[in-house]
Amino acid sequence: MSRNRQVLWPFFSGVLLTTLLAACGPPGGGNSEGDALAGKVVLTGSSTIAPLMTEIAQRFEARHPRARIDVQTGGSSRGIADAGSGLADIGMSSRGLTTEEAAGLEAHTLAFDGVAFVVHGSNPVESLTDEQLLALYTGQVEDWSALGGKAGPITVVHRAAGRSEVELVAAYFGIEPEAIQADLISGENQHAIKTVAGDPNAIVYVSLGAAQRAAAEGQPVKLLPLRGIAATVEAVAATVGETYPLARPLLLLTAKGTALSPLAQAFLDFARSAENDDLIEALAYVPPPR
Amino acid sequence: MAAGAVVLLIVAFLIRESVPALSTIGIGRFLHDPSWHPAGEASAGTFNLVPMLVGTLYLSLGALLLAVPAGVASAVFCQFYAPGRVAAVYRRSMELLAGVPSVVYGFWGLVTLVPLIRRLEPPGQSLLAGILILALMVLPTVALTAVAALAAVPRSYLQGAAALGLGRWATARRVALPAALPGILSGALLAAARAVGETMAVLMVCGNLVQVPSSLFDPVRALTANIALEMGYATAQHRSALFVSGLVLIVVIALLMALVERWGERADA
Amino acid sequence: MPEVRRGPDRLAALALWGIALGVMGTLGWILVDLLRFGLGGVSWSFLTEAPRDAGRAGGIGPILVSTVWILAVSLVVAVPLGVGCAAYLAEWAPTGAPLGRAVRRSLDLLAAVPSIVFGLFGMVFFSQILGLGFSILAGGLTLACMVLPILIRATEAGFRSAPQELRRGAAALGLSRGAALRHLLLPAAVPGLVVGLVLGIGRALAETAALIFTSGYVTRMPSSLLDSGRALSVHIYDLAMNVPGGEGNAYATALVLIVLLMAINGTASWAAEAWLGKGWTR
Repeated sequence: MSRNRQVLWPFFSGVLLTTLLAACGPPGGGNSEGDALAGKVVLTGSSTIAPLMTEIAQRFEARHPRARIDVQTGGSSRGIADAGSGLADIGMSSRGLTTEEAAGLEAHTLAFDGVAFVVHGSNPVESLTDEQLLALYTGQVEDWSALGGKAGPITVVHRAAGRSEVELVAAYFGIEPEAIQADLISGENQHAIKTVAGDPNAIVYVSLGAAQRAAAEGQPVKLLPLRGIAATVEAVAATVGETYPLARPLLLLTAKGTALSPLAQAFLDFARSAENDDLIEALAYVPPPR
Repeated sequence: MAAGAVVLLIVAFLIRESVPALSTIGIGRFLHDPSWHPAGEASAGTFNLVPMLVGTLYLSLGALLLAVPAGVASAVFCQFYAPGRVAAVYRRSMELLAGVPSVVYGFWGLVTLVPLIRRLEPPGQSLLAGILILALMVLPTVALTAVAALAAVPRSYLQGAAALGLGRWATARRVALPAALPGILSGALLAAARAVGETMAVLMVCGNLVQVPSSLFDPVRALTANIALEMGYATAQHRSALFVSGLVLIVVIALLMALVERWGERADA
Repeated sequence: MPEVRRGPDRLAALALWGIALGVMGTLGWILVDLLRFGLGGVSWSFLTEAPRDAGRAGGIGPILVSTVWILAVSLVVAVPLGVGCAAYLAEWAPTGAPLGRAVRRSLDLLAAVPSIVFGLFGMVFFSQILGLGFSILAGGLTLACMVLPILIRATEAGFRSAPQELRRGAAALGLSRGAALRHLLLPAAVPGLVVGLVLGIGRALAETAALIFTSGYVTRMPSSLLDSGRALSVHIYDLAMNVPGGEGNAYATALVLIVLLMAINGTASWAAEAWLGKGWTR
């Protein structure tokens, strides 16, 4: 019993110490130099955009020490709902708005994200035509040998209903999302990428930026070109010449008719400025054309 | 008391959020529609919950079938067979396992377990993967509560068994386990509850295809994973339908628990 | 312990060792993987700095603090409530009584509610209706609801395991019910409580979905309980699932979480023994 106490006291005090240290913490604010921008701004919404907005928020807070920008997740629908109801100052959405939703909201484009078709790195197939992809995704082709690859059953990986990638791909092929015949369904981007990385026969469509980053880090995934255009962040960004055909906008939403607080407006303007292009590119998204 | 109040609140919350979908779609469709393809308008989408309900039940049952025997065996091992230090290490490892986040289990399952299963039969993400990961996740609960229950068995029982000349396994099986049964069942119930409510890990390894599985290697979707998968992007109607699925899950669990209680009472009497 | 004899006894021993090794082996596998991919990322600066570059650089300092606070809130709420309820169930509500049955049923139901439903409920009830917003307090309260059934069940088992002689002896000496509880039964129930604590803390630290919607996503160092603060489990989820290239730090964070779990478990067991275990049975 006493031996336990000797061992446990350090842990106990360590935990207490951490907590107390935190309570003493860095003084909030520092020298404000009469900085008028103070207060709190709340953003909620897409978990795809959240990491990027957290970085932008940190940069903003470094310049305006009395401002606090809280970025929360909860999904695109949450962002849309909260921006409309006022629970959040700014909403983040990686999917487009329905006509109903668009009625009350203003959408500002933060960045673009391409959608790429990704196969395993060892898959000998180098590219697929639109018709081949459509046949694959509607279950008409079931083996890689029919597409010029090594014989093996195709593992068609689809995404969760309601995601913007699903709507985008379905629209691109001119079909309804229900027509897609899937073998597996993945959730977030990394889940989809890991699924493909673990299965030489799999194919999935996923955020181009995320896939490109994964490939660069050595994961065994390969991005397929679409209509002959290589699936790269540059191709999505190209405004002259051949632009990669599948891209979705990442949106910041504000309520129509209600003015934002000066802090929130300042933050919104800052977030959309060209200053943050480096942060956007670090997460493999594409800055909007300026 | 307070706990009861919280449950009532949660159920009320679920009901409130489900009402829009229930009123426009009607409970029958949740059981009889051809598939699960929710869309914005009630007329356009289909809302059958049964395959996912079956998926959840298979997953939980499978996990319990593995975890309860293994957990109880672990506890017996810890209490009666392992030398002191080994038992201590074992217990600590169980406590550790209990605190690993579900996302880590899911990730490990996705990266390590699923490719192994895929070698047996593609696609790898499957009912089997879900059962194995879930069993791992609830094992510590069963094991730790069983250890506590076994430790609480009065020494006099064990001494009596020794006096009667019973061997170690006989003592464990015929004296200690029956005496510890209420505690063990308690742990099993907690484990069952955890298995049914688990979201992240099953989402990552089960394949998420809405279908009634016909083999262990078929992908399934649990009701909980469904809520997590679609809630972030769901429009109002769809969201309400997801809450209906949550409500259905709770109702089914309540029914099952009532059944278990009834059976338990009959067994006692 | 009776000796292990031949025949079925030997067989049983073999089987049990086999199962135990199998379970340990799987656990070891997971731990080795975690160490392999995560150990490189752990350092003193990792433990104290704030996250940078969406969590891929920097550390987890503020996140550690938020996690400890969230856990503290949930335990401060759940332990007294849980021990009280367990005592009531074990001592005042024999299995037959309708109130006891109702409370037990609702506890079992509570334990089975999916974590994401808890998250959504916590968001609506604690954050919106009670006005706590995204905050450590809301997260802690939601976690308390999740941990309560585990705590109560395990502690109740602990109370029930107290031998009847204690109660009879107390009655014979003319002790009030309350005194008997405090000085005799509670210490006897402490092992059960400790199991409940360990399982509950494990569950709380491992919980992700519920916290995303209540204590939130913010990585700033919290200065009050009403601030939003990201928990370790949420950070691991974000790094593994949303941030390309975040896995290395996800593994490192998971390692830190496990060490934190061991430290807190040790502390909690010690505290339970020291504060509640003092009685006349020890």
